[in-house]
Amino acid sequence: MENNMAKKDQRFLSVRDLVVEYRSEGKTVHAVNHVSFDLSKGKTLGLVGETGAGKTSIAKAILRILPDHSTQRAEGVVELDGEDMMALPEHEMQKLRGHKVSMIFQDPMTALNPVKTVADQIAEVVKLHNPVTRAESLERAKKMLEMVGISADRAGEYPHQFSGGMKQRVVIAMALACDPELLIADEPTTALDVTIQAQVLDMINKLKEELNTSMIMITHDLGVVAETCDTVAVTYAGQVIEYGSKEDIFDRPSHPYTVGLFKALPNMNKDADRLAPIDGLPPDPTNLPQGCSFSPRCPYATEECRLTPVDSREIAPGHFCRCIKAAAKATTQEV
Amino acid sequence: MAALLEVKNLKKYFPTNKGVVHAVDDVSFRLDAGKTMGVVGESGCGKSTLGRTIIHLQNSTDGQILFAGEDVTHVKGKELKKLRENMQIIFQDPYSSLNPRMSVHDTIVEPLILSGKFKGPALEKEADRLMDMVGIESRLRGAYPHEMDGGRRQRVGIGRALALNPKFIVCDEPVSALDVSIQAQVLNLLMDLQDEFNLTYMFVTHDLSVVRHISDSICVMYLGQLVETCDTKELFECQLHPYSKALLSAIPSTDIHHPTKRIVIKGEIISPIDPKPGCRFAARCPHACERCHQPQQLEEVTPGHYVACCRVRELNEAFSRT
Repeated sequence: MENNMAKKDQRFLSVRDLVVEYRSEGKTVHAVNHVSFDLSKGKTLGLVGETGAGKTSIAKAILRILPDHSTQRAEGVVELDGEDMMALPEHEMQKLRGHKVSMIFQDPMTALNPVKTVADQIAEVVKLHNPVTRAESLERAKKMLEMVGISADRAGEYPHQFSGGMKQRVVIAMALACDPELLIADEPTTALDVTIQAQVLDMINKLKEELNTSMIMITHDLGVVAETCDTVAVTYAGQVIEYGSKEDIFDRPSHPYTVGLFKALPNMNKDADRLAPIDGLPPDPTNLPQGCSFSPRCPYATEECRLTPVDSREIAPGHFCRCIKAAAKATTQEV
Repeated sequence: MAALLEVKNLKKYFPTNKGVVHAVDDVSFRLDAGKTMGVVGESGCGKSTLGRTIIHLQNSTDGQILFAGEDVTHVKGKELKKLRENMQIIFQDPYSSLNPRMSVHDTIVEPLILSGKFKGPALEKEADRLMDMVGIESRLRGAYPHEMDGGRRQRVGIGRALALNPKFIVCDEPVSALDVSIQAQVLNLLMDLQDEFNLTYMFVTHDLSVVRHISDSICVMYLGQLVETCDTKELFECQLHPYSKALLSAIPSTDIHHPTKRIVIKGEIISPIDPKPGCRFAARCPHACERCHQPQQLEEVTPGHYVACCRVRELNEAFSRT
C-alpha cells in the first residue's frame, strides 16, 4: 500500500506524446509535437519558451479547452492521479475543471466578467463544485479574497474598480477557491509591474506550500522560473527540447537553444558590452524543418541535424535533451 | 562639456473630470551627447509622458527644455519642424506604431520626403542605405507590417526614426514587446548605431536588466517624480532611495544559487490625481515618518548621486552598519 502511494506521488500528472494541430487558412499548424513530461505532487514544473512555442496550447490541451473550430487534432495521454483525462466524457471533465485542476489565465483584464461582482464570480465556481448555499459560497469567496490580500469589504465591487495587480489576484483567488490539486498558471505575472509581481509570486509560493498543490508555471521569464520551479521544460517550436531539474537547466544547459537563451539575456549581475542574440527566427509552425526544429538557427548544426528528426535522450539521470550533439558529448564524458 | 539636453522643473499635468493628473511633476536632469540615460519606473509613473513631452508630442505645463544650449520649450511651426529632425522617438509597440497600409519603403522614406532634402534617385539611394543600416533585407522593401515579425517591424521603426540623422532619440520601451532572442538583436543594433552616429538616447523602460545593459545613467521615477538618479553602475551597487531598493530587489534573479533578498513592499501605487504634497512613496514605504509628508527635494547625497528622500542619510547609515 505504502509503495503504491509513493509511486502515485511520483507521477501525479503524466503527459505522453501530446500532439496539438490547428487548421488555419487551409494549412496545418503544428502547435504541439509529441510533448511528454511528468509532475510530482507538490512540485512545480516551469514551461519556458518564446511566443508561439506552444506553451499555452499544452496547457489548454491538458484542460481540454482548445478552441473547437480551429483545432484539427489533439491527441496523447494525459494522466492525472492515474486517470486518463483524454478519455473522460465532457461532463466528467467539467467536474474536474476549476475543482481538481484549475488555471490562472494570462490576462486578468479579459479573464474576468466585467458585469459581475468579483465575489459572485468566485462564488460561482464554489457553488458549481460543492453542495453549498449561495450564502456559504459567498462566504468562501470573501475568505479567498482575504487570502490573496484583498479586503472582504471590496467583495461587492466590479473588476473595473480594481487595479491590474488586484484583478490578477482575483483570478488567482478564483483558481484556488476549490483547493485544486493541480494549478496551471499561464504567465500569471507578465501583465504586472515588478513590485506587484513580487507580491503575487510570494503569494503563489506561500499558498502552494499550504495546500501542497502541484503547479505548471508557464512563462518566458527565466527569473520567474528560477524563483518558483523545481523542474523545467524548455519548449521550442512545439517540442520540449530540454527537460530536467532546475539545477540541470540553469547550471548545465545542454541544448544550443537553451544555452543561447541564457546568453541573449541581459544579466543583472554581470557587465557585458554586447549581448549574444540567437540569429534568425523561430520556424513557421505550418512548415517545420525536416530534422531538428532548431537546426536553421543552430551554430553547430550539421547535415544530419537538418535531415533526421531528433529524439529526446537522457544525457544525465533525469536530464533530457533533444540534440544529437549534446547526447554525444554526454556519452564521451561518461567514458 | 555642455549638455545636449537639459530639462528644468518640467511639469506635465492632464486635466480630467476627476481632477488634475500630475503625470510629470517637477523633473530636472541633464544628458550629455553620445550618452544613454535610462528612465525606469512602473506603469503610470510618467516615464513615457516625460519622453513625449521632451520631444514636443505634447506641450509641457511648466518648466524648461534646453536642447543644444537653446531654450526649445515653446518652439512652434517651422522651428518645431527643424527641431524634430534632431529629436525622434522609437515607440514601444511595433504593431500599432506603423501604418498598416504603408510598405516598409514608404514608411522609411516618409520623413525624407517631408524634410524636402531628398528627391528622385537620391531618395531611393537613401532609403536603401537606411534599410541596410537597420538590417532589413532589400527584398522586404515592398512588404507591409503584417507580413513581418515583431523584430523586423521594430527595425523599420528604428529606420524611420534615424532617417533624418537626429542627435537625440527617445526609445520608449523599444524591446518590451519582443522575445528574448529577438530583443538581444534589437538592443545590439541600437548600441551599434549609437557608436556609429554618436546618438544620445533616453531609454524608457520597466525592464531593469535591459537598462543596466544599455544605459550610462539612470533616473528612477515614482508617480511623476524623480526619486533617484546617478550612474548605472552606482545605482546597481548602492541604491539609496527606499523605492529603488524595493524595485531592484523585486526583479526575479536567474541566479538559482544566490536568490536576491527581496523587499516586498505592500500596497499599490496611489492615484496621480491631485496628490498630496510630500513623498508619494510614503504610503508604501516601510520607513515613512512624519517628515515624509512634507515636500521632498532632490539632493546630491554623494557626488553625482541625487536622491529625493528626507531620511536618506539616517537610513543608509543604519544600512551600512548592519
